[in-house]
Amino acid sequence: MIAALAFYVFAAILLVSAGMVVSARNPVHSVLFLILAFFNAAALFLLAGAEFLAMILVIVYVGAVAVLFLFVVMMLDINFAQLREGFQRYLPVGATIGVVLLAELVVVLGGWRFAPEATSLRFAPTQAGLHNTAQLGRLIYTDYILLFQASGLILLVAMIGAIVLTLRDKGASRRQSIARQVARGPADTLVMVDVRSGAGVGEIGILRPLVDEPEPAGDAHAGHDHAGHGHGGHH
Amino acid sequence: MSGTSMNWVLALPEIALSVCGMGILLVGVLQRRDTFRFCSMLTVGAFLLAAVLVISTGQGVGYRGLFTDDAFSAFVKLLVLAAAALGVVVSLDYNEHANLRRFEFPVLVLFSTVGMMLMASANNLMTLYMGVELMSLSIYVLAAFARDELRSSEAGLKYFVLGALASGLLLYGISLVYGFSGGMGFTELAKALADPAHVSPGLVVGIVFVVAGLAFKISAVPFHMWTPDVYEGAPTPVTAFMGTAPKVAAMALLVRVMAAPFGHLLGEWQQLIVLVSVASMLLGSLAAIGQRNIKRLMAYSSIGHMGYALIGLAAGTQAGIRGVLVYLVTYVFMNIGTFALILAMRRRGRMVEGIADLSGLARRDPAMALGLAVFMFSMAGIPPFSGFWGKYFIFTAAVQQGMWALAVIGVLTSVIGAFYYIRIIKVMYFDTEGEAFEARPASLSFVAAAGGIFTTFFFVFPAPLVAAAELAAKALFR
Repeated sequence: MIAALAFYVFAAILLVSAGMVVSARNPVHSVLFLILAFFNAAALFLLAGAEFLAMILVIVYVGAVAVLFLFVVMMLDINFAQLREGFQRYLPVGATIGVVLLAELVVVLGGWRFAPEATSLRFAPTQAGLHNTAQLGRLIYTDYILLFQASGLILLVAMIGAIVLTLRDKGASRRQSIARQVARGPADTLVMVDVRSGAGVGEIGILRPLVDEPEPAGDAHAGHDHAGHGHGGHH
Repeated sequence: MSGTSMNWVLALPEIALSVCGMGILLVGVLQRRDTFRFCSMLTVGAFLLAAVLVISTGQGVGYRGLFTDDAFSAFVKLLVLAAAALGVVVSLDYNEHANLRRFEFPVLVLFSTVGMMLMASANNLMTLYMGVELMSLSIYVLAAFARDELRSSEAGLKYFVLGALASGLLLYGISLVYGFSGGMGFTELAKALADPAHVSPGLVVGIVFVVAGLAFKISAVPFHMWTPDVYEGAPTPVTAFMGTAPKVAAMALLVRVMAAPFGHLLGEWQQLIVLVSVASMLLGSLAAIGQRNIKRLMAYSSIGHMGYALIGLAAGTQAGIRGVLVYLVTYVFMNIGTFALILAMRRRGRMVEGIADLSGLARRDPAMALGLAVFMFSMAGIPPFSGFWGKYFIFTAAVQQGMWALAVIGVLTSVIGAFYYIRIIKVMYFDTEGEAFEARPASLSFVAAAGGIFTTFFFVFPAPLVAAAELAAKALFR
């Protein structure tokens, strides 16, 4: 009873927020509704007993993907109202096609029966006495280890490709030299100054670093690197 | 699930090659100086190592039925490795001149080759897809490798978008096959589909989509649209690579998918393959006639060649598969040789690609003209060159199955195709002499000579290759 009630509550919120994702005027609101939809879908997974998928949905989709969307939406500053300009005009045609497709799907799927032996033929049947996290782990890391590693290689190639096609080293980017950072002692960077009490920086003069350094400190490197490459990409 | 054992040693060549690839990547990243040549040499070495491992690994089914090693996969892997190694050698000189001197180039070729080896050994529709994606993704990047050139970027983008569409078709087909048969492993599928009378139409639709996805990879008509543009736009060594190893891998995969899991459904897919084959042969021979750019001409030529190779698959017999394999071997060697000579077409530091640029080549560089003439005669299928024997094995297999119409169309389109191949020879030998090309680097001469010697003298000693192809074909008909 409680479970059924919970299902309907979560499902209703899921549907409403999914609708809001596409209909909200403000794109930031859309992304926030998307996050709400993810949470409710995770709750539905929990109700179905798939706790691992539920957690993955929250961690990966809410934690990473949706936040990334949010950043992209905020940074790109797309005029969504302009994108939606033809919406009213194309609505009748689009709706007609949608209804026809739906009718066809109903006609086709209405006669759908599963063959009686279908469940026994399933590719990865569930094992009794093992919770689904362990089962997924066994499938992914034991049975399908070859495919898992192959997809790792595909991602590696994608990374190499992204770097090859976009990274432009103009010689202006600053590299981090760990050896130099480690070898640097206090004597190279610090200078003890006897400050008269009550004297301000203006009176002493601004202190400069002792050693002649091409870059400031370790933290700033990443920022400079990104800036340099970012400009390089726009040609 | 059949084959519950892991048997991980079976994938040793792939594992070793991937580890080498990552090692070469590290060498390239950590060394500040220019490592292109060094990394290329290491890559060729890694291919050699993988080839030795392919020969020495045993046979069997491993990784819980996902992966298989048999005579067929070994044959295809060796051919793919040879083609990839020659592809890397061919790229050395061009990349240094075209300012593409980057160590990622051989590394991407290497990972693409790993994908092709996975394809050759696929025993499950998921392994098939993973292999296809690993191969294609690397080639998309390679096609756009000259990123400052508009044509290269266009080629890469075009190939990527259309390739993604083809992957979608392939996945849709795989999901239909899974949905209507309940399995993805080739062994289970073959068992479940042993009786053609009980096959649902949905499954046949799935097979059609799988064929469409793979036909895109071998650029067979009607999925050939990308080929001329991508061949022309991509840097020439990439075109040389794309035209050889991936074609072999995709064709071998198509052969294995059709023969192993869907072998009992020959009647369902035979017509489809016949249609694709005839259309490819016709388009390959007719559309190439008007081409002025030699890279575009080679694109149409490869479409036609894939059409001929598909005849062997359409025959659906062991002899037909043997014919496909022999054809692929001859195709790889004459294609890579031709591209080595196309890469040698450079004047005052600039590459030229027009057929007219070859005019009078015979008088200023007889060796190059002779090599190109051998390859063109071979592609036209004129005896005694290897191209003739490839066609011979294919056509006899078709005739044995009583597919006279297919064989006759094949012969007729060969005759039409001979026109444009021999026109190149006419341009080289009988037209007025043009400006000379720059001196040819040793690496290109080596690849062209290797291809030329194989193409010319194949007829002297064909037995070992034909026997190996026979053995490989037999592995699919156990």
